[in-house]
Amino acid sequence: MSEHASRRAVVHRSPMAAPRSFLWTRRIFLTLLTAFVVLPVYVMVSSSLKPLEDVSGKFEWIPSGLTIRPYFDIWETVPLADYFVNSIVVAGAATVFSVAVAIFAAYAVSRYTFRGKRVFTVTVLSTQMFPGILFLLPLFLIYVNIGNATGIALFGSREGLILTYLTFSLPFSIWMLTGYFDSIPRELDEAAKVDGCGPISALFRVIVPAASPGIIAVAVYAFMTAWGEVLFASVMTNDTTRTLAVGLQGYATQNDVYWNQVMAASLVVSVPVVVGFLLLQRYLVAGLTAGAVK
Amino acid sequence: MTQTAVTPPSERAVRKATPGGARAPRRSGRRRIALPYLLLLPALLLELLVHLVPMLMGITMSFKELTQFYIRNWSEAPWSALDNYTVAIDFDAPVGQALLKSFFTTCLFTVLSVGLCWFLGTAAAIFLQENFRGRGFLRTLFLVPYALPVYAAVITWAFMFQRDNGLVNHVLHDQLGIGDSPAFWLIGDNSFWALLVVSVWKGWPFAFLTVMAGLQNIPRDMYEAAALDGAGVWKQIRHITLPSLRSVNQVLVLVLFLWTFNDFNTPFVLFGKAAPEAADLISLHIYQSSFQTWNFGTGSAMSVLLLLFLLVVTGVYLLLTTRGRKTSDV
Repeated sequence: MSEHASRRAVVHRSPMAAPRSFLWTRRIFLTLLTAFVVLPVYVMVSSSLKPLEDVSGKFEWIPSGLTIRPYFDIWETVPLADYFVNSIVVAGAATVFSVAVAIFAAYAVSRYTFRGKRVFTVTVLSTQMFPGILFLLPLFLIYVNIGNATGIALFGSREGLILTYLTFSLPFSIWMLTGYFDSIPRELDEAAKVDGCGPISALFRVIVPAASPGIIAVAVYAFMTAWGEVLFASVMTNDTTRTLAVGLQGYATQNDVYWNQVMAASLVVSVPVVVGFLLLQRYLVAGLTAGAVK
Repeated sequence: MTQTAVTPPSERAVRKATPGGARAPRRSGRRRIALPYLLLLPALLLELLVHLVPMLMGITMSFKELTQFYIRNWSEAPWSALDNYTVAIDFDAPVGQALLKSFFTTCLFTVLSVGLCWFLGTAAAIFLQENFRGRGFLRTLFLVPYALPVYAAVITWAFMFQRDNGLVNHVLHDQLGIGDSPAFWLIGDNSFWALLVVSVWKGWPFAFLTVMAGLQNIPRDMYEAAALDGAGVWKQIRHITLPSLRSVNQVLVLVLFLWTFNDFNTPFVLFGKAAPEAADLISLHIYQSSFQTWNFGTGSAMSVLLLLFLLVVTGVYLLLTTRGRKTSDV
């Protein structure tokens, strides 16, 4: 890890002093961009602390009355805790399986030559461009039919959603991990094999530890993908398996939208992923550098 | 960390020198050939189940008269040859007309959104390339929109775009005095721009992240050499940084294009199930027209047309950019 950190620190442009025009452009550009980025975050935080009358009236930059009531109300208005559990189980399981499957596949692609390798990588990557809408309905029918034939309930269940989500992050994960594995010298795993390791134990003893930043990056990506998905979640879940992506829309009733609660709930559901991502983002940059950018 | 970025050029030779590993030299034959396939098997099965088989089914469905009467046993739906396609591309009839309009809206939206995302991401990455105070903080801050779950981010924007109690109208109308009455942002023609702002806000950090990674692969001596030759910062950006990002950009723009063109989540959360006509992106359009009329045959035909379009654009794009790179690098 230290190596990545130091490699990044070395990247400066010229040793020459930058001219004024550059410094000013940079200052103005970065200030505007920061304002653009921060604005919704500010609205989210400040509105979540306002009473309902205040968010229903004209917008106020500085809240006139502060309250933390919305943070208690959000759990009552909709069963947010249940949605939370569903999202954690679904996204967590999808991440674990997706990373495991991607590690094996990337190992094969990186370390072996075999027939159909190119077909495999191209096919897997091209699934990324499928419009989700094209396979939403067929997938729904497949799950219903599997359920009828075998009794395994995939439609409406967490398992079905896990199965779906884990394939969403798979193509990118395989692609990035292959790049990462390629950057690990083959001598390392060959040496392990000479020492008596089989191919699988060489993978887990040598390659996986050496590629851990890449694996963390892929895990972060997979978790975020599953945590944020809306389309399949809104069709493939029922009342008991609903995830946050769908559940958050429950704060809008026919007559009224509890905007302060919507903002509080948005904040609460974002905190785990945002904190996790920001803590681990350097691995994602390192992973992209090794994997994608070649 | 024993990792280096260099792949040994003699990788094949190394592997050939130790066939089968030392432990089981006899086992080589069939098992060695089977092993990579075994490793790929889980990924392959999952891709088949969730992507490839449904896609083939979707294509099949597009040739069937699949209305609500046949949903439970779709295989018994009668074949309808190209009927679904003729309906979808009959641009004189309402269905085809609406599809064509949605297609053009999506094209314009994608071009603007991808262009802006790319510009903001690249500029921010270049401006943050050199060390200065607050750089680390800004880099983290800029990734926040990417890290936020789509629905949480978009729902916040939906609140900001509310006519009576939103921030946007408060600033534009109350504080800057633009317009006679507060504008509607989530219905009518303005909704296109509202959607664009949200899409750029959510999308540009990915470009930023990718370009930032790409910048790390530019060797420092190139800048030093240019500085010795008297090239200023702007010249260095134009002649070293931007050309070095070519291959990163090739992938980045393609990925942004595909994601934006297929984007369903942003309009779905921003507008609810019924998107205004001005912001009727194609994925949402197909979703609505399938689930409103329960005519999944036509919906599938539209999806197949969309897929074909994306395939052609991707093919042409890769052909052009790859060839262009080869000739201009000389």
